[in-house]
Amino acid sequence: MCVECGCGDVEIVSVEAHDRLLAKNDAVARHNREHFAEHGVLALNIMGSPGSGKTALLEATARAATGWRLAGVSGDLATDRDAVRLTQSGIDARSITTGTACHLDAKMIHEALHEFPHLPEIFFVENVGNLVCPAIYDLGQAANVVLLSVTEGEDKPLKYPVMFQHADLVLITKMDLLRALPEVSVRAMRSAIASVNPVPPVLEVSARTGEGLDAWIDWLRLRRANAVREEAVS
Amino acid sequence: MHEYSIVEALLENVQEHVDRARARSVRKLVVSVGERAGLDTVLFRRAFETFRERTPCEHAELDVIDVPVRWECARCGRGAAGPLAPCACGGRAKLVSGDDIVLERIEMEVG
Repeated sequence: MCVECGCGDVEIVSVEAHDRLLAKNDAVARHNREHFAEHGVLALNIMGSPGSGKTALLEATARAATGWRLAGVSGDLATDRDAVRLTQSGIDARSITTGTACHLDAKMIHEALHEFPHLPEIFFVENVGNLVCPAIYDLGQAANVVLLSVTEGEDKPLKYPVMFQHADLVLITKMDLLRALPEVSVRAMRSAIASVNPVPPVLEVSARTGEGLDAWIDWLRLRRANAVREEAVS
Repeated sequence: MHEYSIVEALLENVQEHVDRARARSVRKLVVSVGERAGLDTVLFRRAFETFRERTPCEHAELDVIDVPVRWECARCGRGAAGPLAPCACGGRAKLVSGDDIVLERIEMEVG
């Protein structure tokens, strides 16, 4: 009812809200980030299309026997197949089955972290295979690693710029298949990545042959040293 | 299709405003969407039409404002053309707007 005269008319109230719609997700992500920092854990968000080689990369990382304790979660719409593969490779892994959701959010990671009483040195979030949606959800990671396989085509960064704009590192994967793809140019892939985001380093790797994995492990070592420094600060 | 998740967050946020104002319904929502927010506004509208049933937004008008990206030099603050165009001072460009999704204004019917 109208407060002025009680006439029964509806009053219109306008509120300048300026509320960020991802604010709740980002608050949980900040909490996750603090949790990782306090324990000196390097948390990485691994993103890429379905079949870009995310699970294979993590298996190869575990095989590289770096001496680090590795753990992680795998997000998929259905099945725990990726988490099973990661566990078999020696990574302490759990599955997050999202049902219909096309991405992981900070709350899912927060809840999953309760299942890891002993935090590792590196925590991998293997996101849902998708080159669009996962990019905009902060999970509390220290860095985003985006995978682009040689079989996906050179122009994917131009078609899906938001994902590559969020990348801190880009891995061109399945390099061993390049010889079967004479029409694919790694130089063109690099140039497409640089045209949407010139900042991240780009490494060429093959989980199958081990090509380029040294550079990936070196990058992990560098980021891991940063995580340890942050633990000391916090 | 994270547009559905964004609409879910929008409806949740709106419900808080409705509760606070003790409103009976929502007349209008103004949402700004950054050019680089990774949101398809057509899908966003469609998701809103689907999920607003039986919520205070059932008859609300949704106004979407497109926000262009804006870059600034991280060192001297001058406007920049984009990530590939370094500033005259040598600084790197940083994104200052156009990457967010914001509920700017809400009009509610109270009484």
